[in-house]
Parts: sequence; C-alpha cells; structure tokens
Amino acid sequence: MANKAYQKIYTELTAITKATVALKASGVSNDELALVDGRLSQVVRIKGETITLQVFSGTEGIPTNACVTFLGEAPSLKVSEELSGRFFDAYGHPIDGGPEIEGREVEIGGPSVNPYKRRQPSELIPTGIAGIDLNNTIVSGQKIPFFADPDQPYNQVMADVALRADVDKIILGGMGLSNDDYLFFRHEFESAGALDKIISFVNTTENPPVERLLVPDMALTAAEYFAVEKNEKVLVLLTDMTLYADALSIVSNRMDQIPSKDSMPGSLYSDLAKIYEKAVQLPSGGSITIIAVTTLNDGDITHAIPDNTGYITEGQLFLRADSDSGKVIIDPFRSLSRLKQLVQGKKTREDHSQVMNAGVRLYADAQNAKTKLENGFDLSDYDHRCLAYAKEYATRLLSIDVNIKIDEMLDTAWELFAKHFSPAETGIKQALIDKYGQWR
Amino acid sequence: MKTTGTVTGIVSNLVTVLTDGPVAENEICYITLAGVRMMAEVIKVNGKNAQVQVFESTRGLRGGDKVEFEGRMLEATLGPGLLSSVYDGLQNNLATMDSVFLVRGEYTSPLDHEKLWDFTPLARPGDKVVAADWLGEVKEGWLPHKIMVPFSFKGTFTVKSIVEAGQYNIDKEIAVLTDSKGADVPVTMCQKWPVKVAVKGYREKPRPSRIMETGVRVIDTLNPIAEGGTGFIPGPFGCGKTVLQHAIAKQGDADVIVMAACGERANEVVEIFTEFPELIDPHTGRHLMDRTTIICNTSNMPVAAREASVYTAMTICEYYRAMGLKVLLLADSTSRWAQALREMSNRMEELPGADAFPVDLSSIISNFYSRAGQVVLNNGQTGAVTFIGTVSPAGGNLKEPVTESTKKAARCFYALEQNRADQKRYPAVNPIDSYSKYLEYPEIKQYLEETVEKGWVDKVLKAKNIIRRGKESAEQINILGDDGVPMSYHILFWKSELVDFIILQQDGFDPIDSLCPMDRQKYMLDLVLDICDRDFEFDDFEKCRDFFKEIINLLKQMNYSEFGSDNFKIYRDNALKLLERNGK
Repeated sequence: MANKAYQKIYTELTAITKATVALKASGVSNDELALVDGRLSQVVRIKGETITLQVFSGTEGIPTNACVTFLGEAPSLKVSEELSGRFFDAYGHPIDGGPEIEGREVEIGGPSVNPYKRRQPSELIPTGIAGIDLNNTIVSGQKIPFFADPDQPYNQVMADVALRADVDKIILGGMGLSNDDYLFFRHEFESAGALDKIISFVNTTENPPVERLLVPDMALTAAEYFAVEKNEKVLVLLTDMTLYADALSIVSNRMDQIPSKDSMPGSLYSDLAKIYEKAVQLPSGGSITIIAVTTLNDGDITHAIPDNTGYITEGQLFLRADSDSGKVIIDPFRSLSRLKQLVQGKKTREDHSQVMNAGVRLYADAQNAKTKLENGFDLSDYDHRCLAYAKEYATRLLSIDVNIKIDEMLDTAWELFAKHFSPAETGIKQALIDKYGQWR
Repeated sequence: MKTTGTVTGIVSNLVTVLTDGPVAENEICYITLAGVRMMAEVIKVNGKNAQVQVFESTRGLRGGDKVEFEGRMLEATLGPGLLSSVYDGLQNNLATMDSVFLVRGEYTSPLDHEKLWDFTPLARPGDKVVAADWLGEVKEGWLPHKIMVPFSFKGTFTVKSIVEAGQYNIDKEIAVLTDSKGADVPVTMCQKWPVKVAVKGYREKPRPSRIMETGVRVIDTLNPIAEGGTGFIPGPFGCGKTVLQHAIAKQGDADVIVMAACGERANEVVEIFTEFPELIDPHTGRHLMDRTTIICNTSNMPVAAREASVYTAMTICEYYRAMGLKVLLLADSTSRWAQALREMSNRMEELPGADAFPVDLSSIISNFYSRAGQVVLNNGQTGAVTFIGTVSPAGGNLKEPVTESTKKAARCFYALEQNRADQKRYPAVNPIDSYSKYLEYPEIKQYLEETVEKGWVDKVLKAKNIIRRGKESAEQINILGDDGVPMSYHILFWKSELVDFIILQQDGFDPIDSLCPMDRQKYMLDLVLDICDRDFEFDDFEKCRDFFKEIINLLKQMNYSEFGSDNFKIYRDNALKLLERNGK
C-alpha cells in the first residue's frame, strides 16, 4: 500500500481527534482507504469538500501538516488456499514470519447472502459437552456467543469446542486478545496437530483498539472464500466481541454522534448483525458457523452489548461457576440454542427434547428448594431429592469438563431421573418413559 | 422535466443531494454510481439540499455523483401473484435473483408479467364504480383474487368496456373506465400504491366483533385477539417471541398471512419458506405457503429498507382486505424498525427523545397500528387486517420507548417473561400482566357467548383469578414457609399450577398439543375449572403436592393425546378416579 507516483498528496489537516482526522479534498469516495502519515485510515464522512477519516492505529503524534493520500479502494484481503495455517494482523499482513499471501483481492465487509438462497441448517455439531449437546445443541450455519464474566475460562472452552467440531477450517478472529491468550490459542492449535486447517486474524491488547474493527470482516471474508468457493464447513471464532463494540463506541463518540443506551452508538444492533449474519448454510453444502465470546460485567446481560447480541444471535451459552459442584457449568436457564429443535430428535434420539426439558425443569425445582433452605425453611422430601439430583446433574452433565457422546448424556439423565424421582414427577410423555425409563 | 441533483455529503447511508428543482418529502430518487442505480428516499429537505436515505450500501459513492428524482413515493405493486412470494423490503422478488449474494442496484419485478391468469368479469359496461370496486376476478391458486378499480382513482367512473372471460397477463388492459369529465382511462390487472399512505376505499371501519382463532390456549382462551384487532408481543431475547409468532402464522384462522421479518435473523425466514410449503393449513387443508407472503429485510440487509418493509407488508394486507378477505399481518420486530428510525434521526443530527429515539416515534407507531382493522366494503362485504407485532425491549425492560408507545396503540398485550422462560413454561406469556381489551367489548362478549357458550367470559375471568390468587399464596408460602401457612394456601397455589400447566403451557413442538382448537380449549378449561371448584382436604402439604402433580401429569398426557381418542379417555378417566378418591 505504498504511495503511487500520480497520486495527489494533501498536507493540511483541519481537525484531529483521538480516532479521526478531517481535511479538505475532492473526488474521494465513501469507505475508501487512505494513508495519513503512513497510517491506514478509512473515509467515514463526506461533507462537501470536508472528508473525515478514521485512523485505525490512532492519531497520536499526527501533525496538522501530515501527508494524506487516498488509495481509491475499500479495505480488502487477498484470498487463496495459502491462507491455511497462517497468522495475520488486523490488516491481513502475516505476523508469523511467513511470506505475504498471493491471491485474489476481495473487498472485506461485502454483500449479504440473499435470504432466499440460504438453506435451513440441519447438521449437528457435536462438542462432547453435555451443557451444549444435550441442552443447547449447536447446528452448522448457526451463530452463538458465550456470555461469560472475564474470569471464566471461555477461551479454553471455545478452543475445546473448535478442535472437537468436525469442520474443514477454523478461523480465529481475536480482538483485544491478551498476548498470553494469543499464545494459548496458538499452542492449543499446534499441539492438536490442527494447524493446517486454522487461520488467525489477531489484534492483541498491544495493538491500537480501533484496528479491531477490521478483524471480524477479515475473518469472515476468508470464511466466505472457503465456504462459497470451496464448499467447506467453516467455523469462525470471534473473541472478544465486547472489546469490538467498545472500539465502535470510541469512533462514534469521536464523530460527535448521539449515544444511545450504555454510551453505545445507535447503530450497534446493525453493526453487530452485519457480522453475525454472515453465518450461513449454503445450498452447495458449504457453511459458516460463528461461535463468539461476549464478556459481561458481573453477569449483567441487560447491558447494550450482550442485549443486542442476544437479539441477533441464535442463542447464547452462559458460563457460570457452580458452588454445589465446584465446577464451571453451562447455565441451563440462561443458555439457549435456537436451532436445537432442527436436530434434536431428528439427528439425535427421539427422547432428546423431552429429557432435556425435564432435566432443566427439575434443576429449576432444586433452585427453589435452595432458596427455601437459604431462607431457613424446612425442606420437604421432594426438595431434598431435588437438591441431591441437582448436584449430580451439575457434576455429570452441566460441567464444561464433560466429554461424552449424546446417547450417553441421555442415558445419564434417565439414570438420574430414576434415582431421584418417580416417573410422574418428570412429566415426560408416557411412551418415552416406557421405552427409555430406568425405573425398576 | 425530472429534477436532478448531485451528491454533496455522505455519512453511512444518509446522503445529502444538491437539487436543481422541486422535490417532495418521501420522493424516490436514484443515485448513479459507476453505472449502478441505487434507490433512495427523501427524508428531509433544507433549501436546495435534500437529505436522502439510500436503500443500499454507499461504499464507493463520491461527491458529485448524479441523482435523478422520480416524482413518486415508494410504491407497492399490487396484483395476482403476490401470494407465496418472498420479497425484500422494497418488494423485489428474492426468488428471481440469480446470485447467491445480493447485488447492489439489482431490482426484480414483484409480479410475473408473462403468466396468464383466468379472468372472469364481475362488472358490466354502464356500471358506476369508484376506487376499490370489483371489476373482475382471477383464480390466484385457491383464492378468488379481485381485480379492482385502482385505489388511486378519485371520483365516480362509468365502465365503458370490459374484456370477456379469458386468459390474460397482468399488463392486459381488462377494462376502460370513463371519468365524470368524459375522459377514458384504461385499467390493467395490476396497480401501484404508495406504501406509506393507508388504503381507503371502504364504506366504514366498525369495531371488531369476532375472534380470530390461533390454536394457542393462552391467547384464544385467556386473551383473545379480534379479527381486525391489534396486539403485540414484547419480550427479552430467548423468551420465545418468534416461536409464538410462527405458531400464530401456522395456525391463525385467516385467508391470507403476510409475514414481515423486519431486521431479524435470516435463518428465521429460511425456516418459514422451508417448512411452510410442507405444512398444511389446519383450517382448509391447503399448503401453508399458498396463503402466505413473506417480506423480509433481515438484520444484515440495508437498514433504510427495514422501515419500508413493514409499510410494504401493510399495503399488501390492505389490498387483500379490499377483496373481502381476512388477512393477518405479523411483524417481527417493530423495535428494529424503530432502531432504523433512530439511526437516521441520529445521522441527521436531530434533537433526540428518550433513549435517543426520534421524538415522533409514538405517533409513527400508533399511525401504523391504526391501519389494521375490520372494514365494510362498498358492496357490503367485510374484510379485516389483524396485526400482531413483536417488540424487542432493550435489556428486557418494558419501560422503554418502543414498548410504551406500542402499548398505547395495540389492544392486546402478550408480555413474555424471562422468569417463565427460564422455567421452560412455554409459551412464556405472563398470565397476570397480559391482557386483551377485546374481552371488554360487548360485541366480542356476545360473539363468544354465541359461538363458545353462555357464560364463557366469566369462566375465563375465573381462571385468571385462580392464577392471581395462586400467585399471592405462593408469595405467602415463600415468606412464611411451607409449614407456616394454612393448608388452604397450598391448595390455592396448586390449583393455579393446574391452570398454568394445563391451560397456559403448551408444547409448540408437539404435533398434537401445538394446535388446540376452540372446542378442545373449552373442554380442557371446563375440566380444569371443575377440579378447581372442588374442595380438598389433605393431611399435609406434601400429600397435597403429590396429588396435584399426579392430576397435572394425567391432564398433560390428555393434552398430548388426540382429542377424544381412547388414550385421551383413559387419562381422563384415571384423573376422575383420582379425584373421587381425594376430593369431596
């Protein structure tokens, strides 16, 4: 992206903020890239002759007489098979010491798939984790985030899920990743021997925050190349989307936009949807599945970032430390996979959805019993049975360190039902109780 | 001569255009970028500067690019062939686009211009007609589709000539009308109408007087919606808004259903057009897709077209209503539409109202809801547009501008509750906060007394009261403990659980339980109320709980069994036996 000889060079900035600069220029197109003092920037506003540029790496040290040249194109990525196994920065430049990629140049953040050309997702992605497979089954072409407090091991769980999932490519988009976490992912992927199917675009905490805005589009442009042109099953991991949204709010704030809830830009919903809606099942068999991480502030899901995310994604997986079992579990109440009914009982055993519902309902009864206990009331026999069940249920099924097949999860649930409850207390359809129940 | 202009400013999809002539508010214009024509709509004019919202991505647009104004507002194309179609917010036919990706500036015709339709004239030469009067009829699949005097015709016309029965395409001139000044105007089988203007052309708009059945017990029994009525479903994410709306779309007793997927997930639309062609309409036995039109502007499609999508959908509904049909419009979700308004208002640097929404949000919403309703046509027949919208309140907090504005406009309120969803009590409609104003309408009361039974509304109110008293008892039990309250509290609580599990809760994924016709709803409510009317005595609260759990389980198995089948009767008889043993 060097300057070209015939390009016009502007040398007078009229305004500078922490994230943007403004200048007078003509013939500039919207979304076009520019170099400000050698730093990559993008046109975000045109008002007559005044052009506002968003400087990705921040404006520290940029003088009013900085050289500005316009590059005449939107941000792009070179795509080819060579991407496999490589690590890149937010601009798509290698950071692993390898050579630059040769390939076709594609603008990032391209058009959406015609909804009519989509296919209904129908392939199960097994993870071995019962909190996911049993209660919140994931389907290829789905988009689903982990909601987790910063102290939860969400990156660990996500790496486990990615490596166990049966996919052709795993694309990691890291935003504001700590250097330690970046090295963790790299190590996990390498030691699993899966490096050749992994592509990473990483912005670490050492890089400027506004650069993060490019990461999801880079990752998804690569994903679309493999899913659309190579008909591959692609899994995209995005961590951490909260830091991405924070970068959005920085830019909108610098552009004097009126903030809506939680000082987020009014367009937060559309901005996030543009990313998550890239998840797709294509008619040709290729698919893009997105698993993301949205970190929460003390479990608060009413904050604008998780709230808008929840309305966009097809469910969420909620990580929580469980005091009864002493493990990190996938919270069955706040977690949800919206596409689970597309595979439950269809790609899995017929009793799946009823067993799942009964398991969660009885776990809810245990929570009520726990409340009673905390308030100092006597517990009934049923309450005691619920509590005993809850402990086993959390340890053997909800915990994130579980790694078993789905039929085994169902059998475990039936075993726990029979141990602690009568058939009527489960509320399951009689025909299924007769067939799968373990009461003697 | 057309007004033209040049681009002078761009912020995302808000473009400022310097114009050389007159422009109108909401006028459509096209911006040309490298040979591609992108549609835009005027939303504000200031001197010679028009601010337009572009229905496409503005990437690559530059100052000085040319703009042409069209001299018309955004219009819907109305004619045979609308049913079973999948459109975007601007009524482009998504099915006839070739590429997997949406191509900027690619606009496809809403209707097939080649297809021949069987036309039968209904009017005769010499007839006096006004806008929306029926001139003829074509068979649109099963539906008798009326060809009408275009809605835009003002005054009285005389039919000069009309073609004979035969096969014609939509552009065929099927009639010539003469206006009061003697000028002849041709009429084809398709017409255009600006979507933001309500279609009139009916005699009167009376109060709704009938119930629209949905097969969902918590709606039909407890909070019924009227034909031509309005309702809305607010709820935090994950509470089953979309599942409930799809259930209504599948089972709702209407001739035509229009679904507007406004700023929501694309996969939800895929679910509709994958499943609906296979599913059967329970009322007519035809395929569901045969009565359904989908308008989708999913969340990743251009934001400005989100607003257009709900108006386009409503216009199509009004068109079918003018044929004397019962139409149901479902919009998911109106919050996304409000957010689109907010984004534009923000870019225009208007002073914001609450939560940065535009200050006129409330009037825009109530204006839209007022387009629903039952009407008496000029020929005395009736038609209705029933409208149910969903609202996605930020943070699940119902005290936010979109929910509050909608509450003022809609007559039914189905509040989805996080707490119930957490306990998997679906549909998670809060039985105490939700309401239907139609239960207070004398016309509706009379209708229910006639069609269901005498005293029905009193029964419904009784069931609601049982739930309310159960909740009070549960609160007391929580404060004082199981042993700290008299047995009667436990009995009251469990009676409300019985109503909750058997009437309120419904398994939307079970083939039998998901659709509950009115006679079955009546049967189950009678059974449940009969149990609640009995007096019970128990030695301790655990016996009380065990007894009710068993009763609930038996009645639930009834809900899962074919109505009136042997299994159904066995479960009922077992329940009655259990009652004889325990009840007085």
